[in-house]
Amino acid sequence: MTPTVTVVCRLADLEVEVGVAALVEGEAIAIFRTHDGNIHAISNYDPCAQASVLSRGIVGTRGEIPFVASPMHKQAFDLRTGQCLDDAAIRIPTYDVAVTDGLVMVGGRQEG
Amino acid sequence: MSPHLRRQLVVVGHGMVGHRFVQAAVERGLTETHDIVVVGEEPRPAYDRVALTSYFEVGADALSLLPNGSYDDPRVRLVLGTAVTSFDTAGQTVLLADGEVLAYDELVLATGATPFVPPVPGHDLPGCFVYRTIEDLEAIRDAASTATTGAVVGGGLLGLEAANALHQLGLDTQVVEMAPRLMPVQVDDAGGATLARHVEALGLTVHTGAATERVLGRDRAAGLALRDADPVDAEVVVFSAGIRPRDALARTAGLALAERGGVLVDERCRTSCANVWAIGECAAPAGRMYGLVAPGYAMAEVAVDALLGGPGTFTDADTSTKLKLLGVDVASFGDAHAATEGSLELVFADAVAGVYKKLVISEDGRRLLGGVLVGDATAYGVLRPMVASGIELPDNPEQLILPPSGGADLGLPDDAVVCSCNNVSKADIVEAAGQETDTRAGSTCGSCKPVVKKIVEDYFAAQGRAVDRSLCEHFPWTRQELFDLVAVHGYTSFDQVVEAHGTGRGCDVCKPTLASILASLIGGQVLDGATRALQDTNDAYLANLQRNGTYSVVPRIPGGEITPDKLIVIGEVARDFGLYTKITGGQRIDLFGARMEELPEIWRRLVDAGFESGHASGKALRTVKSCVGSTWCRYGVQDSVGLAIDLELRYRGLRSPHKLKGGVSGCARECAEARGKDFGVIATEQGWNLYVGGNGGATPAHARLLAGDLDTGTLVRYLDRFLMYYIRTADRLQRTAPWIDSLDGGLDRVREVVVEDALGLGSELEAAMARHVEHYRDEWADTLRDPEKLARFVSFVNAPDTPDPHISFRAERDQSVPAEPGGPVALGASIPVGAPR
Repeated sequence: MTPTVTVVCRLADLEVEVGVAALVEGEAIAIFRTHDGNIHAISNYDPCAQASVLSRGIVGTRGEIPFVASPMHKQAFDLRTGQCLDDAAIRIPTYDVAVTDGLVMVGGRQEG
Repeated sequence: MSPHLRRQLVVVGHGMVGHRFVQAAVERGLTETHDIVVVGEEPRPAYDRVALTSYFEVGADALSLLPNGSYDDPRVRLVLGTAVTSFDTAGQTVLLADGEVLAYDELVLATGATPFVPPVPGHDLPGCFVYRTIEDLEAIRDAASTATTGAVVGGGLLGLEAANALHQLGLDTQVVEMAPRLMPVQVDDAGGATLARHVEALGLTVHTGAATERVLGRDRAAGLALRDADPVDAEVVVFSAGIRPRDALARTAGLALAERGGVLVDERCRTSCANVWAIGECAAPAGRMYGLVAPGYAMAEVAVDALLGGPGTFTDADTSTKLKLLGVDVASFGDAHAATEGSLELVFADAVAGVYKKLVISEDGRRLLGGVLVGDATAYGVLRPMVASGIELPDNPEQLILPPSGGADLGLPDDAVVCSCNNVSKADIVEAAGQETDTRAGSTCGSCKPVVKKIVEDYFAAQGRAVDRSLCEHFPWTRQELFDLVAVHGYTSFDQVVEAHGTGRGCDVCKPTLASILASLIGGQVLDGATRALQDTNDAYLANLQRNGTYSVVPRIPGGEITPDKLIVIGEVARDFGLYTKITGGQRIDLFGARMEELPEIWRRLVDAGFESGHASGKALRTVKSCVGSTWCRYGVQDSVGLAIDLELRYRGLRSPHKLKGGVSGCARECAEARGKDFGVIATEQGWNLYVGGNGGATPAHARLLAGDLDTGTLVRYLDRFLMYYIRTADRLQRTAPWIDSLDGGLDRVREVVVEDALGLGSELEAAMARHVEHYRDEWADTLRDPEKLARFVSFVNAPDTPDPHISFRAERDQSVPAEPGGPVALGASIPVGAPR
């Protein structure tokens, strides 16, 4: 089965290092544009805080890893893999994401 | 030719330079061929004139350079307490005041200099002194024992030393300098101003641009008449208006003199007579005299070398200076006045700490040409050798003058001369450390001691164990250092700072820190432009994030006073948006459970009703709590509510290192709990008592009395100064109580700065607060006017009106609270309460 691809916003709507939340198939997804121009999509839900807030976190790097820090209690999540950098046992889903004709599209969910 | 088999060498003068000459002569073997006679005019052997001011504390023995009173080498004879009357170059003899005649083969003049006394009327009255010898100091001390006032004519290096001495002797001391600043030769205007501030903070009075017209007094000095200024009282007057080389003996003997005085010598320190040499302050190599010990020592070494047939020459001296004047570090080196064409200046100034540093850099930015350091001269040991050796500057030269970050490498090459007084290089020190032997580094002026210490420490600590004070992995700096970097370079964005001084793309620690620094330095709204990516969510959405992802809203209610109409608006807004309401400890109302996308509409209604942001989310002023005061209370003696409102409106929006709270009580019953606040005001019959440094929280502290019975204008002035002083000098997340404790002198120090204005910063701090008051804008009103900002308040970028399905509520005591798990742990049965009948 081919996963649905959903257009969520224009690329121009994505400020560098300022996340946005999108609703795709009933799930809250956090989408980020990093300084190097890459687009990442992860679940918006912070399992540590049990709240849907990750799109509002501060984006940065740890070494070479692009990450977002949860605005609730600062746990860091790898934007590429969903891995929690502060707790090896926690990994959140990521989503395929692509930019076509200036539009940001979110596709299939990759379980963490 | 001399009848002696051994040659005779006579040294005239046994000051620091004459002594160094003899030391070098002995060490380098000149006494193998020469007998030396040193003739000193003073009654004691050479002593450390650089440290003369410490004579009162340590005594003559500690200053002596020859504590045994004689040289170990029997071929050196020391004649003290004896002046030289003349010398004869034809007969090669020296005539002493006691009639003895010394024959010489070689004659070395080290007669030094004499203080210049301007020929103003009354300059020779009893009570007038110069500052050059231990005898001068003893005479000054005797005169001071019956005096209460003193003045020093001359605000140069020595003049300030003399002023220090008068101050130590308990005199009310004034410094009168003709130039527009202190130490006009060494420092620039800004450095001089910083220095003057330090000097005045010690209780001395400084008059610059003040010409002394005459010494007042009939039989003895009573004061100074100044041109265009009021006269000053002074029973003890010290002239320190420069020095003149003592060249009279040479003049009489027919030696060539320099145009502006001093015995003219060539680069080997030879005078116009081939076997007569001159070194130190009496000498003028290439026509220029040097009033510092380091060039004098260099000349002594050159003369010994020349007498041994060596190649040494004295070409140009390093006239750099570093000293501690009245406890204040002052240093000047190289082209301190940026006289080099195209040279650039890099300035770091911290008026609060009393630090001023300037680097003068070549046009291409590659070489350090000179600089001025006032208040903190620790960098001198590294900077001076950089000028002297012409080493290429590092990429970030400002690091050299920014406050030190622990454990940084000095970056000195091995051949850099660390101790210029004794010409000891870094390699010499490392070698001596390895062999556990001694160099003379640091033994003369002592200014290089910190660098010597660091070099030795680095050597011994093979595994350097520096404490890492880095903010985070992206910036190897502390917040204060970053603040200075941003200030010095005038950066306006995170990108500029991280590219120049950091690595990676930052994190949740450094980004908000830089946002706060940028806000402090360039102002502007916290949501503006790219700074939004730096903000914690509370600052990004101007509300407080709560546990379920919703926000709470706190409108400002100044002083806790609110009209029924406004109360009703809050009630209506809460009801219409289903918000949980709770009265806060700061006498206002917190509305919980607002979804992010609801915030603009909630605030539109609040702003329309006259509310503004309460800054409940930021490191900023929160509230000024009040009791009801004299308006209603039968005990109240002042209008506490009125004052609390005025203070809260004055300081609203003020960003600070930690949250700030205030309180005002209308009488001594203290119902506003003002002493539990960062600043608390308690009414008295006469006015207001001001308390500072209180807080609740995890480490409660009671505020302590700063000043009493103030009128409202004075109270506000003191508060302006107190708050700005705190904001400028406290660490990140340091509240007022620990900040006060961290100051040297604690609350007394705060009182000195705020009440007594000891740093002279009062008007500057007040002006900074006036700017804050003038530029305050309500962040929420601004946001509501800006469609771009408003566009960010959406739940989902592709479904702006759909509420976040994760957020749900349940009811508790008739209000909405978060429904999701994670409530408090059950601690047992409920508490029984009575019920109304």
